[in-house]
Amino acid sequence: MLQSIDWSLVDWSRAQFALTAMYHWLFVPLTLGITWILAIMETIYVKTGDPEWKRLTKFWMKLFGINFAIGVATGIILEFEFGTNWSNYSWFVGDIFGAPLAVEGIMAFFMESTFIAIMFFGWNKVSKKFHLASTWLTAIGANLSALWILVANAWMQSPVGTQFNPDTARNEMTNFFDVLFSPVAVNKFLHTIGSGFVLAAIFIIGISAWFLLKKRESRLAFRSITIAAILGLLASVHLVLTGDGSAKRVAEVQPMKLAAMEGLYDGKEGAGLVGFGILAAKEKREAETGEEFIFKFEMPKVLSWMAYGDANHFVAGVNDFKNGNPERGILSIPEKMQRGGIARQALDDYKRAKASGDTARADSLKGLFSDPEFLENNFKYFGYGFHDDVNYFIPHVPITFYSFHIMVILGFGFVLYFLIFLFFASRGELQKRKFWLRLAPWVIPLPYIASQAGWVVAELGRQPWTIQDLLPTVAAVTRIDSGSVIVTFILFALTFTVLAIAEVKIMLSAIKTGPKNEGGTR
Amino acid sequence: MFENLSLLTLQHYWWIIVSLLGSALVFLMFVQGGQTLIYTLGKNDKERTMLVNSLGRKWEFTFTTLVTFGGAFFASFPLFYATSFGGAYWVWMIILLAFVIQAVSYEFRSKAGNFLGAKVYEGFLFINGLFGTVLIGTAVATFFTGSQFSLNDLNQVNWEGPARGLEAALNIRNIALGFSVFFLARILAILYFMNNIDNDAIFIRSRKHLWINTIPFLIAFLFFLTMLLVKDGFAVDPDSKMVSMEKYKYLHNLLEMPVILVMLLIGVAGVLFGIIRALIKKTTIGIWFTGPGTILTVLALFLIAGFNNTAFYPSTFDLQSSLTIENASSSKFTLTVMSYVSLLVPVVVAYIWYAWRSMNRKQITQEELSKEDHVY
Repeated sequence: MLQSIDWSLVDWSRAQFALTAMYHWLFVPLTLGITWILAIMETIYVKTGDPEWKRLTKFWMKLFGINFAIGVATGIILEFEFGTNWSNYSWFVGDIFGAPLAVEGIMAFFMESTFIAIMFFGWNKVSKKFHLASTWLTAIGANLSALWILVANAWMQSPVGTQFNPDTARNEMTNFFDVLFSPVAVNKFLHTIGSGFVLAAIFIIGISAWFLLKKRESRLAFRSITIAAILGLLASVHLVLTGDGSAKRVAEVQPMKLAAMEGLYDGKEGAGLVGFGILAAKEKREAETGEEFIFKFEMPKVLSWMAYGDANHFVAGVNDFKNGNPERGILSIPEKMQRGGIARQALDDYKRAKASGDTARADSLKGLFSDPEFLENNFKYFGYGFHDDVNYFIPHVPITFYSFHIMVILGFGFVLYFLIFLFFASRGELQKRKFWLRLAPWVIPLPYIASQAGWVVAELGRQPWTIQDLLPTVAAVTRIDSGSVIVTFILFALTFTVLAIAEVKIMLSAIKTGPKNEGGTR
Repeated sequence: MFENLSLLTLQHYWWIIVSLLGSALVFLMFVQGGQTLIYTLGKNDKERTMLVNSLGRKWEFTFTTLVTFGGAFFASFPLFYATSFGGAYWVWMIILLAFVIQAVSYEFRSKAGNFLGAKVYEGFLFINGLFGTVLIGTAVATFFTGSQFSLNDLNQVNWEGPARGLEAALNIRNIALGFSVFFLARILAILYFMNNIDNDAIFIRSRKHLWINTIPFLIAFLFFLTMLLVKDGFAVDPDSKMVSMEKYKYLHNLLEMPVILVMLLIGVAGVLFGIIRALIKKTTIGIWFTGPGTILTVLALFLIAGFNNTAFYPSTFDLQSSLTIENASSSKFTLTVMSYVSLLVPVVVAYIWYAWRSMNRKQITQEELSKEDHVY
């Protein structure tokens, strides 16, 4: 099936998916986080009856609405792109992957879109309590949708609860709860939700700081910063903890990704964690054998401890996977390619035997796909059978390494940042801290960068897989002329860019206008 | 409880659910229809703002239904998802783009600093209304007219149509359904405006344009329906699973499944009754007949496409590659799990209903919009 594969097709299809996903992810985290904060603010309003809290809620709600629309716009493409650009994928795993997408629609999107309408338009139409409930339900709906799509994504990283059916030539679900409660899924969800909170908190602090500097709406700005700093601090600590959990999951199910994240080429016992470093160029590394970094700051043994809970544990490097490490029981990529090739051949032979009516042979070949030994030794590496270049199965180390470290450094920085603002707020000194107030608006882009970097690690770090070890991108892509994909890529890039510019301009204009005065309620 | 059902029953159950979502989608596309009428029915900014806001409080339901329709189709009939979306690439991409630009247009239209200007966003809404309806209708028509593709023994699609799906727009029957959906969406929108907006000028203009849209709708739809009933259909042999052409297949399906025939007749009668009533009497309730009538009609069409041993996504290039509800479906396990999820649907419908009722108690007026602080 790969005789005439057009590599530019694979690359452009990946580029298009990355483009849509990254644009989508520019807008979604704010939605995920700020809806909770809106719900909390409105709860305070309903509890205290203080109309200033209502004004505040409405102001952030307005910014949320602007942001939400474009998140929806970029989201619809993502869902359908699985079909349009990854149709072989859609069949190969649709039996499992489709379910979370459908549940997302039924359970989450309708909740979100029904109650968001009440949230925006219901202030004068429904009771205070019904309105408050709607705001909470909007937050729950938004986050439920994140849950289901992340369950789907986690399954791609760690395919569980499934069995291959040679008759239909696809993977079929055997246990829904394995899929839903897979440790990777749970961790991913918690980590992602946390990132939404942190991003929303930094967004709110940045804008409120600007108001304080301009000496406008000081009371509202002060309240916003206090709430955002408290929630942000909790969420950023939670991010560090779930980040650690994520690393353990990666060590378990995607050890190659872990090696790439740390720029670890040759595995070792008691591996250190690179706090930051600059990777040596590929040629230099190969020529001088061994030196992976031009410069690095390393915490000894921490990586082993973090990934395996044992400071002396062996952590495998990229070369261990590439060339194999029999001592540690790691198969080389060529070995996996051979084993996966056997599984693919068995499937082809089965199809041929069936077509030619050779039932005896067909039955015995079919039996292989439920034979535990064959599954463990061969089918497990099915995806390796799709390509004959070893390097195809190695992710891009520098991109993975730098993205990971940018995310982690920023993540720790956010904890400090919230602490500082909370400290000033608690002492009533915010107004005086001009440096921090001036800095705050410029900090807003940082959680966006951290969040994007996180997804780059998650997705580029596991290349070439669409489904870990089972289906590489080259076998997942829709067969179409790459020209069509290039044209749609350009169309999307232009559309999203124009819409994003409009979004930012509207947002800035709404911020400058500030909270609306509620006639009579003040 | 679903565990005890046979795979075939589950496949039928899920075809009904997907069909219901599809028919709800066609009804909710009154939003798209309305978007093509903003300048026809609104002669000044105030009127246009009322029209836009009236639609703006509903557009997300249409959008969400489309997304859920896609998700449910993926979960229950993944081979359709893979074959049609991957194959008829350009049709779906144009539809998607039309929905991308819709999603921001309501929110951005009247906001300060919106970069493109209100007119451009209104243009986006028009494009969405035109292409969204015509192309979705055209794509659904291929359920009866077929597409050119083949599947290999790993169920991977090879699209043989020259224009990746756009060739469907060259078939007069497909186009007829596309325009039926377009004009029906406009009719539904007109009836919705008559119900939802309290403004005499818009009401009078709406009734006039109801005539103008009903005539082309009837021509396009009756043409499609007649062609459908006299055309050959894609029949599946229940034992050998071989697909072959059968004369008057869709007519036979209606006669062999009288419940669906009755559904179709009631549906069409409902659509017409709502229209006629609004034409002869100054009433606001036309939508209550034409809306449900639309759902029944579309549901009946979907059901005769997939039930009674019929291939619902036929291939004219290679008959045996045609998709049926049996060969395109998910596994029994997945359908069972999803059937439990489907029990949520009545809950969803109930809270949507409750929320709409509490929001729609009063019609939209200029006075209300001037007090509203979230205006599109």
